[in-house]
Amino acid sequence: MNPTNDNAIEVTKLKKQFGDFVAVKEVSFTVHTGEIFGLLGPNGAGKTTLIRMMTTLTPPTSGSAKVGGHDVVSDADGVRHAIGVIPQALTSDPELTARENMMIHAKLYGLTSAQRAKLIPELLESVGLTEFADKLVGSFSGGMRRRLEIARGLVHSPKIMFLDEPTTGLDPVSRTAVWEMITRLKKSAGLTILLTTHYMDEADKLCDRIAIVDHGQLVALDTPARLKDSVPAVDIVEAEIDNAPQNWKASLEKLDGVASVADHDDGIWHISTTNGPATVRELMDLARDRGINVRRVSVQGTTLDDVFLYYTGRQLRDAASETVRRDVSHLYK
Amino acid sequence: MKVQRISAIIERDMRKFLRSPALMMSSMIFPLMQLIVLGYAFGGKIKGIKIALVDEDRTAYSRDLRERFGAIVAGPQTMQVENYNSVSDAIVDLRAGFVRAVVYIPVDYSRRVDQGNRPRIAFIEDNTDNFVTSEILTRMQDLVKDINQGLNPFQPGQRLTVPLPRLNPLVDLQVVELYPYIEYIKYLLSGSIAMSVFIVAMIGGGITFIDDKSRGLHEGYLVTPITKSELILGLIFSGAIKGLMAGTTITLIGGLIAGIDRLWDPVRLLYLMFVLGTTSVAMISFMFLLMVRVSDPLVPRAMFGVLNTLLYFPSGAIYPVEGFPVWLRWISYVDPFTYAVHALKALLLKNTGFSGIYSDILILSGFSVVLVALSVAFFKRQI
Repeated sequence: MNPTNDNAIEVTKLKKQFGDFVAVKEVSFTVHTGEIFGLLGPNGAGKTTLIRMMTTLTPPTSGSAKVGGHDVVSDADGVRHAIGVIPQALTSDPELTARENMMIHAKLYGLTSAQRAKLIPELLESVGLTEFADKLVGSFSGGMRRRLEIARGLVHSPKIMFLDEPTTGLDPVSRTAVWEMITRLKKSAGLTILLTTHYMDEADKLCDRIAIVDHGQLVALDTPARLKDSVPAVDIVEAEIDNAPQNWKASLEKLDGVASVADHDDGIWHISTTNGPATVRELMDLARDRGINVRRVSVQGTTLDDVFLYYTGRQLRDAASETVRRDVSHLYK
Repeated sequence: MKVQRISAIIERDMRKFLRSPALMMSSMIFPLMQLIVLGYAFGGKIKGIKIALVDEDRTAYSRDLRERFGAIVAGPQTMQVENYNSVSDAIVDLRAGFVRAVVYIPVDYSRRVDQGNRPRIAFIEDNTDNFVTSEILTRMQDLVKDINQGLNPFQPGQRLTVPLPRLNPLVDLQVVELYPYIEYIKYLLSGSIAMSVFIVAMIGGGITFIDDKSRGLHEGYLVTPITKSELILGLIFSGAIKGLMAGTTITLIGGLIAGIDRLWDPVRLLYLMFVLGTTSVAMISFMFLLMVRVSDPLVPRAMFGVLNTLLYFPSGAIYPVEGFPVWLRWISYVDPFTYAVHALKALLLKNTGFSGIYSDILILSGFSVVLVALSVAFFKRQI
């Protein structure tokens, strides 16, 4: 990579079309060297297609992408040497042991036997798989396989790492382990990491910058904090109340800064407001005046869910289920 | 092109193969089972066919004829003769399947013999079973030949028998058999060996290749700097090593079962392995070209039976190519099985050495080069 170049990845008007369907619509962004960059979006938003174009697995329809200073089309081999890729599907060989999986990949990258002998045990150690090194991968849990694949993706000491939904399908403990590993990698190896996810908390926790992808387009790109700031403040006050009177909802809506009030059957009320703490104070005053018992109250600040809702007009969950419906529609034609 | 990357792919495949005994077993059990079952089902001499004999002539001539007939069938025990009193009873039993043929000596047989007036005997056959029919017909021709033997057809009226078919005593065919009699199971062995190579190619090159692809394992390799020709050559070489292993095993086990003479002759074994190696490369490249664009794991499974029939039967493994109609011969010309079977037969049945196999080796090698080139051209190193 050109040392004077601060950008590990430069994507310019990248487009991918499958027949009539445009999966990625002229997307442009840059990833700075040494940062963790997140592509956040529902399933079917085009994240995997984007990552496959950047990792030379899928040729772009138009536009260009430079990864580590190499063009993905004209210098695909240069890109492949510079990057480590952890695809979304589990791609380690279940019929081989962890060590063998590492060995084969190391050979494909042209590592010498001395390099292999040094690096493979080190990497297995770093992902906590030393005692399972000679066990068949088929017997591994999803989290263990994912960790092995991260180690495998690092075997040739790449500068840039691509992780496509690294924690999808993992249990909470494994997810946390993968998160810790990614954070450690960034710190220790100075890697540039691009990951995709459809988990808000994951993007929030890991990424230096996040691009929100929807329907093949980038709808927002910034740090998690600034993305949250960019959304008109929406705090959600959640209150659990005994015996709400008839006009309770109307009274709540009249409070300062309240945008909407949602009534749930179990006595739980969700109040959207521009100022959570102020609304809580007023709510408590109101309740005391009317002799109403408030069992519990909590305030939730702006989340990336709200950011996603703001930029795409949909909840991430809704977008995901909508995508599934869209994907199967061709079967009925 | 880097040898290290090709050998990494070979290493991966071999480790997986050696770790799955089920795959190894299935690639060997099917051809061996077929060898044994087909070998004994088809190869046996037909014995004990029931024949009805109706003698309406009842003279010394017809008794002579019956005795000669009895003598001919007694030796090989091909037929079992039952005497019937009426031809209509015999035909009823023929239709019912109790007898396979009726030999009928008509009432005017002896008179015609005396007059030299083309005496006739009738042979009524149930021709629904070609194998049985041809066997009986051979015996019947022996009988007629026997009756005619030693007679002078130019002096009719003398004590003689049937001038049927008219033989020219001046021409005599002498048959020289180059090799000892080949039992059918030995004839079949070459096909079974080629079949084991085919199954390895089918499972290794077809089924596991597509399974790995659909399981996403290929994506893990495609993100590395491996080129498509390195990947294809690695897969083809590993497939060929597996094919060679399976083929050699079937050659030895099948050779013992079929009773091939001097099976352990080292020179011949070397030639056999040479043929098997070439065959393996050709078969796996063939399979690879067929599967290069397939991604549905059901496709190779569905094609297994079709390919097996389409490649194995036209190869001359179980019946000579010379007996095929033209369209089937064309299949046999482009079928790598044909050349494998030909070369294996040359070595196993005739021990010809290199002279009997070099043309097959050349054809199979040329075949492989073309198939590998096409596979590389069609392979998409993309997702």
